Formats: sequence, C-alpha cells, structure tokens
Amino acid sequence: MRAQFVMSEIGVGLRRNLTMTFAVVISVALSLALFGGSLLMREQVTRMKGYWYDKVNISIYLCNKNDAQEGGAGLGGTACAKGAVTAEQKQQIETDLKKMDLVKTVYYESADEAYKHYKEQYGHTALASTITPDQMQESFRVKLKDPEKYKVITTAFAGRDGVYTVDDQRKEIDDLFRILRYLNFAALGIMLIMLIVALLLIVNTVRVSAFSRRRETGIMRLVGASSFYIQVPFIMEAAVAGLIGAGFACVMLASGQYFVIDHGVALRDKIQLINFMGWGSVLTKLPLVLAIGVLMPSMAAFLALRKYLKV
Amino acid sequence: MIRFDNVSKSYPKQNRPALRDVSLEITKGEFVFLVGSSGSGKSTFLRLILREERASHGQVHVLGKDLARLSNWKVPHMRRQLGTVFQDFRLLPNKTVAENVAFAQEVIGKPRGEIRKAVPQVLELVGLGGKEDRMPGELSGGEQQRVAIARAFVNRPALLIADEPTGNLDPQTSVGIMKLLDRINRTGTTVIMATHDQQIVDQMRKRVIELEQGRLVRDQSRGVYGYQH
Repeated sequence: MRAQFVMSEIGVGLRRNLTMTFAVVISVALSLALFGGSLLMREQVTRMKGYWYDKVNISIYLCNKNDAQEGGAGLGGTACAKGAVTAEQKQQIETDLKKMDLVKTVYYESADEAYKHYKEQYGHTALASTITPDQMQESFRVKLKDPEKYKVITTAFAGRDGVYTVDDQRKEIDDLFRILRYLNFAALGIMLIMLIVALLLIVNTVRVSAFSRRRETGIMRLVGASSFYIQVPFIMEAAVAGLIGAGFACVMLASGQYFVIDHGVALRDKIQLINFMGWGSVLTKLPLVLAIGVLMPSMAAFLALRKYLKV
Repeated sequence: MIRFDNVSKSYPKQNRPALRDVSLEITKGEFVFLVGSSGSGKSTFLRLILREERASHGQVHVLGKDLARLSNWKVPHMRRQLGTVFQDFRLLPNKTVAENVAFAQEVIGKPRGEIRKAVPQVLELVGLGGKEDRMPGELSGGEQQRVAIARAFVNRPALLIADEPTGNLDPQTSVGIMKLLDRINRTGTTVIMATHDQQIVDQMRKRVIELEQGRLVRDQSRGVYGYQH
C-alpha cells in the first residue's frame, strides 16, 4: 500500500511540474556529464604522463646494441657510433651525476624496466606491439633541485660516449598538459555553475509542489503522518529527476567514448602515440555519476522542504 | 485527558498575548464547547492541543503527555490519537468520499485490509452509506462535513477537535452534525468544539468554556452560550 501510494504521488508530482522537471533533468545531465568528463580527462592525462613524468625532470638515455648497429643513424644522430654503453661509462655517468649540486636524485632504469613501463603506458596501442625489450634503452632518470636549470645537465652529458640523448621530456608535453589542465578547470567551472542551476531549480520545484500540495500535506500532518512520510514524495521526485538526468549524463559519457575515441572520430586510430583510456575507465565512473545524480537533488529537496513545508 | 496549567501564549510581534494564564482540565469522555468572540484565543487554545504551537509559559498535557517535552518526531504519533474537523471541511477535491477517508489511514501506514473494512463502517456511522464513490464537489456542505468527520474519526481517536464545524452550514444541517458529534462523544471520544453558534450551545447543555481576550472567563458545566441577561 505504502509503496504504491508513494509511487503514484511521485508520478503526479513530476507530471504536474513537467517543464520544471525537464529543466532539472537537463541541468543535472549537463553538469554530471561535465563532471564525468573532467574525471576522465584527468585519468587520460595521468595515463599519458607515464611512469616517470611526475618523478623526474631529465632523462639520459644510453646507447643499446641496436643503436650501435644502426651506426647511430637513428634519432640520436651519430651519438652511438662508438657502440653500446659500457659498464664503466655507466658508472662514470652515475658518479658524475651524483657529484653535481643541482641533482637531487638519480634513478637508474634498466632496459627491462623501461620495457615494463612502456607497456604500462602504451600497452594497447599498435605501436607497442612492435617493440621488444632489447630495443629499449637503459637510462638515468634525474630529479633536479631546480628544474629550470636542465641545460646544465644537457651540456654536461650530451655527446658523451655511450649517451644516446639527454631529454628534457617535460618541456615538450608540458604545453599539452597545461591546455588539458585549463580545459579541465573550465569543465569543472561550467559543471559547478550547472550544478548550482540544477539545485536552484530543484529548490524552486519543491517550493512550487509544496505549495500546490499544501492541502494534502496539511491533512497528512493533522492525521499524524510522520514527517518522513510527508517528505518522501517530494524528495523522491527530485531523486527521480536527478536519476534521469544522471542517466543522460552516463549516455553522453559512453557515447563520447564510443564516437570520439573508439569509432566515429576514432581518435584511437588517428593518434596512435597516445594510449587512450578504454571502456573500463568510463564504466567505473558511471556508478559515481549516478550516485551523485540521485544524492545531490535529494539533499537539495530535503533542505528546501525544511523551509517550504511545515511538518 | 487534557490539562492546561497556567498556560500563556504570545506570538512574536504582538503585544497582547493570545492566551493568558489559562488553567483547566478536560477529562475523558467529556463534550466541551469553547466559546468566545473572534480573537479571544479559541484557535490558539486548539492549536496548543494539536501542538501546532508551543506554550510560551505553563504546561499543556494532552493524553498524559507534557507537550513541551514531546520531541518533534513523536508529534505525529500523538496526533494519530486526535481527530480534527474544520469549518472549511478540508477535503481533497480530486478524491472520492471513500478515498478521502482512506487517505487518513493510508498516510499512517494502516494495512489495506483494515482500511477496506474501516472506511465503509465509518461512512455508515456518519450517515453517508452508499455515497462512497461520490466526489466531494457533488455533495452538500453538510455531507462534506460528514466526510470530514468520518476522516477524523476513522482512526478512532481518543479526542476529537472541531473548529467551528457548523460555521458554514445552515441551522438544520448543523443540528444533524451536532447529533453526529454527540453520537461520537457517546462512544467514549472526548469532543472539544469551538463555536459561535449560540443556538447549538444552548440546546446541547454541555460544559462551556469561554475565553475573552485570552483569559478564561467562564467554565460552566451544562452551560449556555452567554450569560443570561
């Protein structure tokens, strides 16, 4: 009896405020889509940064056998003409690095570790499947006390025997990440505004429906219905509208993944250098989006009721 | 059943208190008329019993409970033992007679079987047998008030509060309503009725409580509406 009664009340309430319900659904959908999108963008950036990005400033790649055989005809120019790096050279580079005041920490990455990290970052791309462990280079990963002074390292180690290249990896992709970060802020800002709009709409919806049902609620109060029982239809109205909105947001996120990354625009095929996130990332965000979509409007309705509905 | 101990009630932004130092007791099974001119404090008196308001001073006991100490979430349970009837009936216009009465049971979570049994019974009691499926708009004022009384009584309250229940009705219809309230009173339900209807009060010869400017000026058993001049 109770459930059926409550459900019919919710249906009546949502239909009565159809335009308002519509507005709530749209604003919740947009704000949650932006929220989910921003979460996903952040995850994509983390994925692109790879293992070393946040840990070091400069990488010194050492020559491997492959580079030596090619006579140094690769990206490093003739740097590796004198053959693969020797144990003494490695030792020398490490001691020299550790002697420098500028250097904070030095990590050594073996070819196998490099392969492992590479697989983690680019695991699913077509490019990754052509790479074998012996193609990977050993490297020293250097954390500087002052990242701006990376040139000191470059001049000191570039061109040394056994050094393939000294790479200030951050500089190249920093710009991209900066743009992504701004986009992320923008998305979060718009999300916040949309969320406020959604909540204000819900407050107004509750006020209108509390007013139009004051007769019912007045009688309920007089015959001793619990305040919870009186409030539930209003809160459920908001929750249902929020859930529908969140559902739309989920559809938008999933279609983003489907039409932009996997098919349609098909970024995954066009930009193979980037390891795009898969369905797993999207699907794990959806429950959160749905939960927020239900909880936020419910909370807003509950707070609005305290003001507009005497119980 | 109801006890007022030195109860005063002032509303914010009003100089004159609505009730001043009222003390009285109403026992189980009584029929009490509450009389007094508009603004004398009748409504405040009833609102205090329903705990729509809290007393500014003094204590209000209803059904053995000190309302000042009754926490908010227990108020609905207290109200389930009270029935209320108003001058303007307060029926839901889009529900049938039976649905209006059943509403009072649905919202406190009574099982469906119980509702199905109780509603026709109480409609029979108020003299509306056979009109279960009519809409309130199709009924006369007296009939609408009977629906309201049925709704107030369907949960078998210990106390029925009626705020000018005959205020919108012609004298003949009013008599019918009074007979009904009297019948309900005879089942053991305490009835408190605020009224301006001199004829009714004089005819019924029940206890009369008169308020004047918030003060209790008369409490007379088997009383009449005003002092005989």
